Amino acid sequence: MKKWFIALFAAMTFSMAAQATIEVYEFENLQQEQQFKELGNTLRCPKCQNNTIADSNAELAQDLRHKVYEMTKQGKSKDEIVDYMIARYGNFVTYNPPFTVATSILWLGPLAVVVLGFGIIVMRSRKTKKIATDEKWDQDKEQRLKALLDEENNGDKQ
Amino acid sequence: MIAELGHFALIISLAMAVLLSILPLVGASKNNTALMNSARPLSWAMFLLLAFSFCILLWAFYTNDFTVSYVANNSNTQLPWYYRLTAVWGAHEGSLLLWVLIQAGWTVAVATFSRGMPQESVARVLAVMGLISVGFLLFIILTSNPFLRTLPFFPVDGRDLNPLLQDPGLIIHPPMLYMGYVGFSVAFSFAIASLMTGRLDTAWARWSRPWTTAAWLFLTLGIALGSWWAYYELGWGGWWFWDPVENASFMPWLAGTALMHSLAVTEKRGTFKAWTVLLAISAFSLSLLGTFLVRSGILVSVHAFASDPSRGMFILGFLVFVIGGSLLLFAVKGAAVRVRGNFDLVSRENALLTNNILLMAALVVVLVGTLLPLVHKQIGLGSVSIGAPFFDMLFAWLMIPFSFVLGIGPLIRWKRDNLSSLAKPMAVSAVISIVLAGLFNWIFSDYFVFMTYLGWLMAMWIVVLHCFELYERATHRHSFFTGVRKLQRSHWAMMFGHIGLAVSIIGIAMVQTHSIERDVRLAPGDNFQLEEYNFYFSALRDKDGPNYDGYIADFEITLDGKYINTLHAEKRFYRTARSMMTEAAIDRSLTRDLYVAMGDRLDDNKSWAIRIYYKPFVNWIWAGSIIMSLGGAIAISDRRYRFRKNANKQEA
Amino acid sequence: MSKKLLFVPLVAFLALAAVFTTQLVRNSEGDDPTKLESVLIGKSVPEFRLEDLAEPGKLYDQAIFKGEPLLLNVWATWCPTCYAEHQYLNTLAGEGVKIIGLNYKDQRDKAVGWLNDLGNPYLISLFDGNGMLGLDLGVYGAPETFLIDADGVIRYRHVGDVNPRNWKEKLEPMYQQLVAEAK
Repeated sequence: MKKWFIALFAAMTFSMAAQATIEVYEFENLQQEQQFKELGNTLRCPKCQNNTIADSNAELAQDLRHKVYEMTKQGKSKDEIVDYMIARYGNFVTYNPPFTVATSILWLGPLAVVVLGFGIIVMRSRKTKKIATDEKWDQDKEQRLKALLDEENNGDKQ
Repeated sequence: MIAELGHFALIISLAMAVLLSILPLVGASKNNTALMNSARPLSWAMFLLLAFSFCILLWAFYTNDFTVSYVANNSNTQLPWYYRLTAVWGAHEGSLLLWVLIQAGWTVAVATFSRGMPQESVARVLAVMGLISVGFLLFIILTSNPFLRTLPFFPVDGRDLNPLLQDPGLIIHPPMLYMGYVGFSVAFSFAIASLMTGRLDTAWARWSRPWTTAAWLFLTLGIALGSWWAYYELGWGGWWFWDPVENASFMPWLAGTALMHSLAVTEKRGTFKAWTVLLAISAFSLSLLGTFLVRSGILVSVHAFASDPSRGMFILGFLVFVIGGSLLLFAVKGAAVRVRGNFDLVSRENALLTNNILLMAALVVVLVGTLLPLVHKQIGLGSVSIGAPFFDMLFAWLMIPFSFVLGIGPLIRWKRDNLSSLAKPMAVSAVISIVLAGLFNWIFSDYFVFMTYLGWLMAMWIVVLHCFELYERATHRHSFFTGVRKLQRSHWAMMFGHIGLAVSIIGIAMVQTHSIERDVRLAPGDNFQLEEYNFYFSALRDKDGPNYDGYIADFEITLDGKYINTLHAEKRFYRTARSMMTEAAIDRSLTRDLYVAMGDRLDDNKSWAIRIYYKPFVNWIWAGSIIMSLGGAIAISDRRYRFRKNANKQEA
Repeated sequence: MSKKLLFVPLVAFLALAAVFTTQLVRNSEGDDPTKLESVLIGKSVPEFRLEDLAEPGKLYDQAIFKGEPLLLNVWATWCPTCYAEHQYLNTLAGEGVKIIGLNYKDQRDKAVGWLNDLGNPYLISLFDGNGMLGLDLGVYGAPETFLIDADGVIRYRHVGDVNPRNWKEKLEPMYQQLVAEAK
């Protein structure tokens, strides 16, 4: 794959917020390029607010992209760059929320649903099991039931 | 004069809706046949008046009547006629009118296709639907009237439709979505009507099912269309952004999917009644919540209609009345409806319930993720952003158990089964899936990414087990081919629905991890090599349209020397709206898309910034949704739902 | 399952409705959901070395913010709201309010011309052509005004124009307090 020279930034005029700016950056290796792309999709544009810095046309987004590019070339890690941005713009600037007491519900909420739901399922089946075993049931009946079930199998499976 | 007629029709329609929401209900409680019978004609009156009003608005757009503010804000004399018509739903007021028209449409559909239902139920259901229309009509007439005039001064030409909306994909996306959102109001009305009487027999579930499936089908298509449109139109190659408004459409879909499956259990086994009722209320409530989020200005979003807080207050009031009222009714009357189901831990009931729970967990992920920034800021903890990194991760985790249970679900017996009878098919399928997934992943990816392999594995698990189940079911009493022909449509519907999901999973797994994106500087005559494909920038031409000036860049693509296609990427400058749009050019195929988008002309005045993408399997995402919708369509066409036919047959 | 459990969905929904109502009320009172709060409150002005707007070559650093409470006004000629607030800034400067100007991502000659035409309320004018000090300050639009105390610590960030109303209601009391602290 050929490498291209760094181009000057393409200035977009009259642009709609939803249109991506297409600029050309050069990197030393694939890993740096991937980190740049990932960060472009993780950081949020504080100006337009509805786009990542990769998709936004705002000048501020351009500045942030350039900063990310510089820091990536300097060898900074993804976390370091995100922390740098958060130190200036707050948690707003990253689409990956931090895990704090307040944001813990993001993970604990669905977990609670799953745990609660399964808990109910298991408890319910224990209750009905108890009711069932209270009645008189034995091997004989069980065998007859099995035979019947196998016979009626197809209709029951619907 | 004509616009005033439209306005007038709206008001009369509101009157019809008010009568519809009162008279049949009174008739049902007092057992007055005449009053109950008024439901159907009132529904038709409400619908026809609204249809008339909508046609007036269409006419205003078609004839460029800029004395109507809504037309002046969203249209232009240079706009092609077909976009002038679809501009009707391009902004807040008109899209609301479309919504309430579709609401009235579903109401008459229920009125027409409910001959087999007892009169009392029909009266109640139609009354509830009428009540919903009352809310929307009031909202339109009081705060969002599309027929307001700009007189005495009116513009010579309009502000033009947002160029992003001047596209075929976006013409059908809102109507499809609204068909889905509004369609859930049918199941909602059925649930409310049943709660009112305190009687929820399985007949209720059987009547609700086809309506719910139809609504779900439209919503699936609507969401898929939006995603597909975003992909080819916006130029950044993405297909889902977890934007609050996208989430607002996804939540009813999750609830609707859960509802569809829960209704199946309630119909067949008589259990889960209270849960199903709650889901029916939730699905439509989430549709209304979506409307609120989009139109109140409360969330920062790309899609949101420009709105003011007073409109938001009205919708919120409406929400409190409808959702609060229905949940109150549920809380008070729900106990009468509950049935203690009697089934084992390992049973199909529990398998369906498990995936219902996982769907609800997914719903909570989306709901909390969308609303937490609002609450977080409100309680003074500052701003926080929640986006793709979070949602993608949580959904990936939830999909794993979900796919697992989805695969074995159709194999598990109702009421009681034991794991030992499932062990062998599961083990064999596991081995086959692991091997097949490994094989496909190896063929179609250049390098190994675990998540991609996992996606293939989940999909293969579902497909293999479903094929096995198909074979089992078909060969139970007959030879395979005879058995297959005897299979009911509902069984095919299930297979299409689930395999459609597997197809989408493959698409998502491949495109999220193996897409390649390059931004390069190219001048006419240059070549660029991406993987095995060569892109030759053959020409740059001028191309102007009815309301824009533009350039076209031609790219010839060859694969190892063999010619594949010539793509024409466009750059358009819309004169009235003064905005720049990029029209990407895509070469589609089954296993990959090649995507070219023009950036700006660079400062040497010869070369352009060009974005080139390689998107593997991206079309599988939408192909999967189409297959799922097809499943829905097959389900509705099942003979069991043809009441009139059966009724006639019996009488004969 | 007890009967009370059936009320959970209703209660949850009403809580949500309360959240929405609060936000709508706030929005109707002028709250802007797109406003971001500053994370630099309580931190010192970031290190910088910038040139004077009119005299390239004359350099300043963060020490200029030490000694007395100051307003730092971020502005640009491409920003229409800055034009609107400029006259009032002149008035404030005339009343003795000390303001330092940060010309943000602008063209030098246009900026100098603007100050010559419209009046210069700034004690010092910094030129931040590439916006890097702005980035360090968390600036996301113009105009923005920072209140900095005598020790060079940022105490408040105001987004949008400074006008008689918000000066009276919010900014002046804070400024006066910083002045009192410094004594």
